[in-house]
Amino acid sequence: MPGIALLVFREVLEAALIITVVCAATRGVPRRGLFVGGGLILGVLGALLVALFAGALANAFSGVGQEVFNAGVLLAAVCMIGWHVLWMSSHGRVMAAEMKALGGAVQSGSSSLVMLLLVVALAVLREGSEVVLFLYGMVAGGAVGVLGGLALGVIAGSAVGFALYYGLLRIPLRHFFSATNAMLMLLAAGLAASAARYLVQANLLPVLTDPLWDSSRLLSNGSLAGQTLHILIGYDARPSGIMLVFYAVTLLILLGGMRRVSRPATSNSAPVTATIAQPQS
Amino acid sequence: MRGFFLAAGLMLAGMSVHAGEIPEYKLVISNHRYQPAELKVPAGIKFRLVVENRDASPEEFESTEFNREKIVMPNSSAQVYVGPLAAGRYKFFGDFHQDTAQGALLVE
Repeated sequence: MPGIALLVFREVLEAALIITVVCAATRGVPRRGLFVGGGLILGVLGALLVALFAGALANAFSGVGQEVFNAGVLLAAVCMIGWHVLWMSSHGRVMAAEMKALGGAVQSGSSSLVMLLLVVALAVLREGSEVVLFLYGMVAGGAVGVLGGLALGVIAGSAVGFALYYGLLRIPLRHFFSATNAMLMLLAAGLAASAARYLVQANLLPVLTDPLWDSSRLLSNGSLAGQTLHILIGYDARPSGIMLVFYAVTLLILLGGMRRVSRPATSNSAPVTATIAQPQS
Repeated sequence: MRGFFLAAGLMLAGMSVHAGEIPEYKLVISNHRYQPAELKVPAGIKFRLVVENRDASPEEFESTEFNREKIVMPNSSAQVYVGPLAAGRYKFFGDFHQDTAQGALLVE
């Protein structure tokens, strides 16, 4: 059972960290729980489907279907998160002002709910399908304590997610959405780099230099800290050149997009902030 | 759109021609163990690693040292492209049976 719990924990942790950052970034949006729950259910159903068709998937695209699928899921998540980051850079100030005025509630956050649902679903689907295949093998092999291991892993992984969430809530409101936006950007860049890794594995992209550096003595990919940083900021102990290219291009597109988006919005948001802040004074 | 598919098709065609030149090495998973447990491969070139799973349960071929992970379904094979790697010893494992499924690439 400890082995089962550990593997489940690692997979759940990856999904939980992504969900946590996205949840923090959509703090105060009404009906948020509903959409997170919906994303979880969709993700679990998707994971079961992916596991069920894993054989067919593996044979697709002349044997690299798994890589193409994983890269597709990752890049879809990058697009969703990127969309939200750009959207927030024009609405973030308004949201923070509304939260101050309305005691933590936000009215203008509805357009990010679909993003939230899809990112949660994609994260659960990707990690969940591995858990399903693993557990299937365990049950077929007659292992004992499968359910207990599953429960323990899910609880422990989610607990880390909740701990991070409540840690993030301690960030002062003034800086809160800037902080979560920065975290989302690093998260998206890391996911894009992972997508590049899958495409290299499928021989669809060149590695450029591999490895670009080797910091596995300091912090290896297999360690818990390495894995956590891998999800949160895209850390890799032995990245290839193409991974860094995907990472940097994602960051540059998001930074460039933010500058473009936030320029016209600055003039718009100022009067809104003023009117909402009024009742407080 | 048609241009895109044409370009993608040409890319894939180019790739498959190219794939013929890439050497292939084979690993077998049996009773949740890798055979051979140490596989010699040349340094400095890209190669294709075919992992055949002869067990009745799925396995995930994984290495954090050369950064690959791929699920191998029961009684089937999966391929991953690896390298070029510098000379050295690179461990890999089966994520679903880590207590027995351990191995390494000897790159020389």
